[in-house]
Amino acid sequence: MKFGIVVFPGSWSQQDFHHVIVDVLKEEACYLWHKEADLQGSDCVILPGGFAHGDYLRTGAIARFSPVMREVARFADKGGLVLGSCNGFQILTEAGLLPGALLRNDCLHYRCKWVHLRVESQRTPFTSAMHRWQVVRMPISHGEGRFYIDQAAWRRLVDNDQIVFRYCNGSGELTREANPNGSLDHVAGVCNDRRNVLGLMPHPERAAEAILGSDDGRLMFASILDAFARA
Amino acid sequence: MFTAKIYVTLKPGVLDAQGDTVKSALETLGFKGVEDVRIGKFLVIRLDGDAKEQAKAQVEEMCRRLLANPVIEDYSYELEGAGG
Repeated sequence: MKFGIVVFPGSWSQQDFHHVIVDVLKEEACYLWHKEADLQGSDCVILPGGFAHGDYLRTGAIARFSPVMREVARFADKGGLVLGSCNGFQILTEAGLLPGALLRNDCLHYRCKWVHLRVESQRTPFTSAMHRWQVVRMPISHGEGRFYIDQAAWRRLVDNDQIVFRYCNGSGELTREANPNGSLDHVAGVCNDRRNVLGLMPHPERAAEAILGSDDGRLMFASILDAFARA
Repeated sequence: MFTAKIYVTLKPGVLDAQGDTVKSALETLGFKGVEDVRIGKFLVIRLDGDAKEQAKAQVEEMCRRLLANPVIEDYSYELEGAGG
């Protein structure tokens, strides 16, 4: 399976994704420079974390207009798998490929720490190897991760089972202390209504080897590989 | 030539964590009666041309497509300068 990792000026997680895909999973990966409107035959497109275009104006606001994003939108429209982590999630919301927006953390601090996530839906190609209510551990590293959406749109997310991850404590409880950024309804990750585009603030690529503290992120890659094998 | 003064603000229902922090700082300094602080963005854009309606349409489109995110923000603007 071939993964295409989009690189914007200011991206910083692309090499971590590349390492996991090539060195750990033994799959194929290529970098996709944002100015080139060519996905090079990728089977899954990844938008990594970072600070694309310096996060100027708003996070992801400038990146969404990069030539590569037209191709990413076309790819997603055809049912292709698109995963956005951290800044990648912010870009996908700005591009309208995912609902909602990411605001400044309520604590105003940049939060760089391990968090627990509760799997709210395993009905996605990114979470099929997990089970519902499973608690997984991944790091976050962001200053603007507070998910927000208006009440009516939030209702639609809940009804359509589009909230994929929520911040929780180690026992899976949605306590106030477990929410690192003040996200609405503890939302850490959502998918589109077609379920082929996923965005999450945590970093699965930094939790894919036990030596780094957790390999729960591997479950996401295993899900993607499984979805590809079935397609 | 026109000058557009554009204000981008968080929608009323959206928590403004920075604004709340500034409010408590003002209270710490002893300012009384500060009911609310909202922080937004102020942009000044100079535009070529002399057709005001055209300039207005352009600013409107800039706000809609890039300068504000309709999920979380509202915008307003003033257009200054001479022209028909």
